[in-house]
Amino acid sequence: MKLAVMGAGAVGRSVVELADEYGHDVTAFADSTGAAVDADGIDAEAALEHKERVGSVGEADAAAALGADYDCLVEATPTTLGDAHPGFEHVEAALERDRHVVLANKGPVAERYDDVMALADAGAGEVRFEATVGGAIPVIATIEGMDPSHVTAARGVLNGTANFVLSRMAAEGLGYEHVLAEAQDLGVAEADPTFDVDGTDAALKCAILANVLHGGGYSLDDVDVQGIRDVPSSALELAAEDGRTVRLIGEVTADGDVRVGPRLVTEHDTLAVTGTQNIVQLETTNAGRLNISGRGAGGPETASAVLADVGRLPER
Amino acid sequence: MSESPPEGDADERQAHTVRLELVDEPGELLNALRPIAENGGNLLSVFHERGSLTPRGRIPVEVDLECTPRQFETVVEALREAGVNVIQAGTERYGEEVTVLLAGALVGTDLSDTLSRIEECTSASVVDFSLTDEQGADGVSSARLRLAATEGSVNAALDCVRDVADEKELHVVEPLVEGEA
Repeated sequence: MKLAVMGAGAVGRSVVELADEYGHDVTAFADSTGAAVDADGIDAEAALEHKERVGSVGEADAAAALGADYDCLVEATPTTLGDAHPGFEHVEAALERDRHVVLANKGPVAERYDDVMALADAGAGEVRFEATVGGAIPVIATIEGMDPSHVTAARGVLNGTANFVLSRMAAEGLGYEHVLAEAQDLGVAEADPTFDVDGTDAALKCAILANVLHGGGYSLDDVDVQGIRDVPSSALELAAEDGRTVRLIGEVTADGDVRVGPRLVTEHDTLAVTGTQNIVQLETTNAGRLNISGRGAGGPETASAVLADVGRLPER
Repeated sequence: MSESPPEGDADERQAHTVRLELVDEPGELLNALRPIAENGGNLLSVFHERGSLTPRGRIPVEVDLECTPRQFETVVEALREAGVNVIQAGTERYGEEVTVLLAGALVGTDLSDTLSRIEECTSASVVDFSLTDEQGADGVSSARLRLAATEGSVNAALDCVRDVADEKELHVVEPLVEGEA
């Protein structure tokens, strides 16, 4: 399949680097300021080198990538809230041309799921978004495989940064600020960790899960969100004395409630993963409880979810 | 014992209560607690009523522990094998128990009022309570509360904790109540 990759962050780059291994050609690659377009397949190395040197992946106009010859658009620009600009417009442009779309960007399916699905229904292109929830973990494919009607609830640890901070605080008895600084040094937390520690990132993933489980209608506004900043290390000590610990858990209930917040779980609970690990637990009608865990972030990890989605698309 | 899996998830740890009768002899309590710990039970509390005696002249001891339903069966069997008289084993007495954490200016916002209001507005009672020292100048401390609620009223109890905490600007870490299949 011919891919147009929008976004040259860690995920976009990895998709471009790994596409060939999965049997696909990248015919367009764009970041916010430029693009490389070649119907016979772009030179990935040259594009990345161009980005290193000039700041953009190519000399072509960024918009040219949208009009290029491709079968599937990979939307890997940064997640934005509200109108999900410009990711949503990229998705719209591809679907209006009857092209498939694979998202790594959470914005369009977390904030405008119904709009995206309406566009997909109106044309011949399909939309997939495995990479938006749980990085490398095949959450959406599992739900799809069971059929959403057989999955009654989902919960899990969906943000590696928050989980790293909480599990380090509990293990070392260190304060929030100290562990956060350490996480930033290690590159586990971004310079501005707000999105992760305030629960927004996990909430977006939960909105997406709720859309899949309950047939749409959810956005960030529908999620009850509480972050981890207000969890003092003394609270973690008290939890530990009692054989428990605290994790930032996202939850989509059978009733359709969606919430993210720090929750008490027993120390040996399946959900009490440590470090940057993610886990998703699904309640099903006939199969009991399913647990899937793995790496929730990272360029190649998330790109593998993107490319698995590309592999699930019908040939055009 | 039936071969079919127990109700609910066999791997889910929950609170159980066992009431035991002990002979008033040194080492008897330890003898009773060992089978619990050795079979995967996490001891939550031991209530040793040394002053009162059962009709058979023994000392009643109530032990709260946490384990999976399968482990609980093993624990009870092991207790009986160790010669401990188990009067009652099960979760029915307390109904349901939940643990919550509170963090913030607990002392500055009248802790005893917080606790009594939590007990007032629901059928829940605070069966265990731990508090940490205040930290730093901001007066932040943390507390762990174990609430016993009657069957089916856990959510109401948690709603109440949340309301009282909101009003006093305290942060609540709620337990994850799983198994809504």
